[in-house]
Amino acid sequence: MSDYQTHEHDVLVIGAGGAGLRAAIEASAAGVSVGLICKSLLGKAHTVMAEGGVAAAMANVDDRDSWKVHFSDTMRGGQYLNNWVMAEIHAKEAPDRVRELEKWGALFDRTKDGRILQRNFGGHRYPRLAHVGDRTGLEMIRTLQDYGIHQGITVYMEHTTTALLKDGERVVGAFGYDRERGRFRVFKSNAVVLATGGIGRAYKITSNSWEYTGDGQALAYYAGADLMDMEFIQFHPTGMVWPPSVRGILVTEGVRGEGGRLLNNKGERFMFNDIPDLYKNQVAKDAEEGWRYVEGDKNANRPPELLTRDHVARCINREVKAGRGSPHGGVFLDIAWIKEKVSNAPERIKKKLPSMYHQFKELAGVDITSEPMEVGPTTHYVMGGVRVDGVTQMSSVPGLFAAGEVAAGLHGANRLGGNSLSDLLVFGKRAGEHAAEFAKKYEAGTIDNAQIDVAAKKALSPFDRPTGENPYVVQHSLQEMMQDKVGIVRTEADMAAALDGLSALKKRAAAAGIDGNREYNPGWHTALDLDNLLVVSEAATRSALDRQESRGGHFREDYQEKQKDFSQHNTVIRRGPDGGMQLRREAIPPLRDDLKQVIEENK
Amino acid sequence: MSTSGNTSPSSGTQRAMFRVWKGQGEQVSFKDYHTDVTGGMVVLDAIHQIQAETEPTLACRWNCKAGKCGSCSAEINGKPRLMCMTRLDTLDLSMPVIVEPMKSFPHVKDLVTDVSWNYEVKKRIKPFKPRKPDAPDGTWRMEQSDVDRVQEFRKCIECFLCQNVCHVLRDHHKHDEFAGPRHFVYTAALEMHPLDTEDRLGHLKDEEGLGYCNITKCCTKVCPEHITITDNAIIPLKERVVDEFYDPLTKLFKMFRPAKSG
Repeated sequence: MSDYQTHEHDVLVIGAGGAGLRAAIEASAAGVSVGLICKSLLGKAHTVMAEGGVAAAMANVDDRDSWKVHFSDTMRGGQYLNNWVMAEIHAKEAPDRVRELEKWGALFDRTKDGRILQRNFGGHRYPRLAHVGDRTGLEMIRTLQDYGIHQGITVYMEHTTTALLKDGERVVGAFGYDRERGRFRVFKSNAVVLATGGIGRAYKITSNSWEYTGDGQALAYYAGADLMDMEFIQFHPTGMVWPPSVRGILVTEGVRGEGGRLLNNKGERFMFNDIPDLYKNQVAKDAEEGWRYVEGDKNANRPPELLTRDHVARCINREVKAGRGSPHGGVFLDIAWIKEKVSNAPERIKKKLPSMYHQFKELAGVDITSEPMEVGPTTHYVMGGVRVDGVTQMSSVPGLFAAGEVAAGLHGANRLGGNSLSDLLVFGKRAGEHAAEFAKKYEAGTIDNAQIDVAAKKALSPFDRPTGENPYVVQHSLQEMMQDKVGIVRTEADMAAALDGLSALKKRAAAAGIDGNREYNPGWHTALDLDNLLVVSEAATRSALDRQESRGGHFREDYQEKQKDFSQHNTVIRRGPDGGMQLRREAIPPLRDDLKQVIEENK
Repeated sequence: MSTSGNTSPSSGTQRAMFRVWKGQGEQVSFKDYHTDVTGGMVVLDAIHQIQAETEPTLACRWNCKAGKCGSCSAEINGKPRLMCMTRLDTLDLSMPVIVEPMKSFPHVKDLVTDVSWNYEVKKRIKPFKPRKPDAPDGTWRMEQSDVDRVQEFRKCIECFLCQNVCHVLRDHHKHDEFAGPRHFVYTAALEMHPLDTEDRLGHLKDEEGLGYCNITKCCTKVCPEHITITDNAIIPLKERVVDEFYDPLTKLFKMFRPAKSG
């Protein structure tokens, strides 16, 4: 039998970014004992990287805003594949969740009358993003962390979860190890909340850190839960492209929100050349009107740089492919030009975008107050993930919940900027609340030692192959292939090749090995992450192959238009009895009449 | 401290040597690694390259790779810095680049140290306690200028480089009596928060050991977020503590006024 330590909690939260922290706080407030597992140190999760702001229709800056407009914007941005139950709840509850952060100590930038200031962002009709300069994510995670540490939550820092444990149909705990010493841990728990974030590390160019290896999606998949919408991956239009070592690092949409314009190498503002039908009535007719919008003129429409991320990313991609790109394969993002409009431009840029100023100055030697940035698309976010009930956030497996990026539904085919920070607050809270309720309602399940032994054996298997291939090399091959074959522009042939490639990579991953011992061994950790990356990569590829149309984050060169036949279902993946991946199309429940009307009114 | 990376990266490739602290427990020593470096690379890139090429077990912490999470703190050529923000073209690559873990915390392995002490200290500081809401809907009104005053402190990414370099911790090991610059910044952010009503001055004096700081400003010099830790956080806190506990006039007034309600 394996050697391990056991910990018992009513609710176990896996992942300690915004969603996990918020879930843990809520579960704890419901009076149950809570364990919170972080893969890194507490407060380092990817939420710190969120820059632009948190979307909530508080109507502090424009009183025409309301949950109805936010709901309509979210549905339009998601191309109507969203779980509308979630989109409604999200739009209605986000303002309270943001105000609650203020109660816990968060300090947002202010309006002239002292309320929370809101800024413009892509796809949001009115200024809606509560923010703190361009470091909103840090403010949020620190607020949740500093509040959370006083709520009686047991935090397990630097722990990795490798398997969920089941009792019959139900999830009753998790198996993992502490990264520092490599000791096995068994967590016995009545309910488990997954809040592990995304899958960006499946790609070569990404804004995501090493942690985003699809752990939660893979854990859920192996536990028998449904994954949904995995073909919808967001390529953020503006990542850094130069120097090579910083390629992919995020450049906030806030740059465009503050007036930044996108230019090709001819100096042309190319975004004006392609306005999608869904947004025809919402885009400025010229640069002048776009600037008035940035400056808060309520009668002006947004500049085309503030269209949705999927569209902007494709336009940039097109410019580069047509030979109109910047020297290092991107396009130019220029905020310095606002000096033509305002007298204190450098101060204003530094005040509104301090991290961007710092990041470019130190990493690229570029002063953004006087010269343009070079930017290009970067893998940023997965709209798909664990399929959950919109109200409770429970997956198709009893006792297993998911919230934040790891869950699917809210964002449909494309996420609006700012909707992830509100997502993690709204649904983190709900997941915590319902997980606690579930935990109170049911007796503790039984932990099956056989499952622990299987998990332990699997976790140690890389050490059986000390001369096996270096897991980092396998990871790099996977990233290259996904970038190349299942990236921003997809075709049937490429993706068929990707499936073959994944089969080959599975064999390589199974033969990869590691030397050394279990104590803080990043090679071992990387070897174990490979399996998760392969699961999410295969799910994304199979889902993308099945969707023979272009919609949101999913663009097919061989099917460039939206198709009606694909407008009414989500793609769902589940592990079949033979261990293979099974795909089905799941009809979207018809939209409620009153919500239909809300969308009509806000067309 | 800036990495002074104000120049554009060049495109050339060159071979460089990295002398990295390797091992755990008693078995630790420098180990040399050679790898190719190109324009714009940072120390963390080189470490990753070494992991991928020759030493998969080489332990280091990192997350965002953009100076926002504060995970990859280390000592590079003797200077406490973030590995992700230290460009190689700012270092002399004709010499080995020396990469060591932080020295003020227990060593775990290679470049990783046990920083859990910092989390324990923070937990002991009294949390935020807001005044009653200003508006009937439960919200507050604040001036941007009031918010701006503490934003500098709230930029802290908890890299603990300031803790690492503070001689009270590094040389005198006063971890049991002294909270360190990071937690003075944290306390300052709370004390100067426009809505906060809690009183932490006694705790600052007695538990956080603010008096041990003799304002040598080492912490300010290493802060990758350029927080003016000593001048803007520590000195004002020291003044408040002095006013509260040592100023004879204040003492006299205090005899006639009720204690600050929490």
